[in-house]
Amino acid sequence: MEHGNMNLTLKVWKQKNKDAKGKFETYDAKGISPDMSFLEMFDVVNEKLISDGKEPVAFDHDCREGICGMCSMYINGRPHGPKGGVTTCQLHMRSFKDGDTIVVEPWRSAAFPVIKDLAVDRSSFDRIMAAGGFVSVNTGNAKDANNILIPKYDADTAFDAAACIGCGACVAACKNSSAMLFVSAKVSQLSLLPQGQIEKQDRVLNMVKQMDEEGFGNCTNTGACEAECPKSISLENIARMNREYTGASFTQNKV
Amino acid sequence: MSKKGFLHSSIGKKFVMGLTGLFLISFLVIHVSLNSAIFFNDNGATFNAGADFMAHNPVIRILEIGLFAGLILHIFQALILTLENRKARPIAYAQVNGAANSKWYSRSMGILGSLLLIFLVVHLSHFWIDTKVAVFSHQEHNTYEEMKVVFSHWYVVLIYVIGVGSLLFHILHGFPSAFQTLGINHKKYTPLIKKIGIWFSIIVCILFAAMPITMFLGLIK
Repeated sequence: MEHGNMNLTLKVWKQKNKDAKGKFETYDAKGISPDMSFLEMFDVVNEKLISDGKEPVAFDHDCREGICGMCSMYINGRPHGPKGGVTTCQLHMRSFKDGDTIVVEPWRSAAFPVIKDLAVDRSSFDRIMAAGGFVSVNTGNAKDANNILIPKYDADTAFDAAACIGCGACVAACKNSSAMLFVSAKVSQLSLLPQGQIEKQDRVLNMVKQMDEEGFGNCTNTGACEAECPKSISLENIARMNREYTGASFTQNKV
Repeated sequence: MSKKGFLHSSIGKKFVMGLTGLFLISFLVIHVSLNSAIFFNDNGATFNAGADFMAHNPVIRILEIGLFAGLILHIFQALILTLENRKARPIAYAQVNGAANSKWYSRSMGILGSLLLIFLVVHLSHFWIDTKVAVFSHQEHNTYEEMKVVFSHWYVVLIYVIGVGSLLFHILHGFPSAFQTLGINHKKYTPLIKKIGIWFSIIVCILFAAMPITMFLGLIK
């Protein structure tokens, strides 16, 4: 099936399961359209593999419009490929040249074990969220929308942090596999709003504790996470979390 | 709250790195200021007077112990963090395009720090040990004359220039990074901190590098 005129060579990480030893396999991607997304290119390769009776490459995807945070490919040494501010699903094949060899790896981190091939288990992020990434709301009637006034700047800053889709590119990009950008974005989006202030101290202490227990590395402020984040989450969030964590550690009454 | 407490958390450990780093940077200010007295070119009279004051002042002696404690803490904490960070990625990427998202020296703090440590051992064995021996045996010590002897070999000058070069890139990242770790990040002040960090690193390191070079070339007599 011809879609376009690009011919590429893919070097893709194949790994049977979490414990198996993985290795690179080489695939030809023929007749690729420059207007395809990177995932659509993989669909073409997989269809060919299936029709040839071979095993397709496993990879994560869902919405394919850059908001779900499922796609997670480390392309030519960078998470989500060569373009800034986009996820793998929004990366078009016109970002590559005909005849290119593209190296595709999964996110590599002890806290993100490989499920199969390019799909990794990011439930460590879920456990960090469960440790404190929420605002407790008692049930009852809906409150008046203007009951709590929020300054425009706070609302905007919280929203910028809330743009994080939890894809894990920050961990993948970091030379230390640190999850600080993700955790700090989640801490910030809640603590900046009045509703999130009440649980502010417990939240940051519990989420950082869970982050450390999951086996992520330590932040060395290289800024790689911010540069590679498809949602351009700012390093200011990490500084805010450092402040909140230090403050909470020394002022919290519960011991 | 983690039962283990602040200093066992990833953020707490980084906090110690940032604090000790800034403390060591504050020492550089004293060190480079005093040693710049050799540029008076008065055959070391001003410099030796300063060195003599530093060697015999009790406050400075106590601070010196603090300095070594800070240095050891900085190195020890860096080792722990590096080992943890290695464990966090057991299988390395086959291809990494680090230049696309960060500065090389921000990713090389461990190597730069190790080079600095090696240089520091050489540096202390050149000057610090002799000075201490002289102080404890109540002898006169002409540090300026010793500098002239040490810096008369080209290979020693080369080692010092490499050591100072490592320092330049180490604090080029370390200076602004320490503030970020301590939680200071502000739209107005962070660009200023970064600018001060760059100028501080360059000025301190040019002054330090100029000392062995000018002495070797005989510009400082």
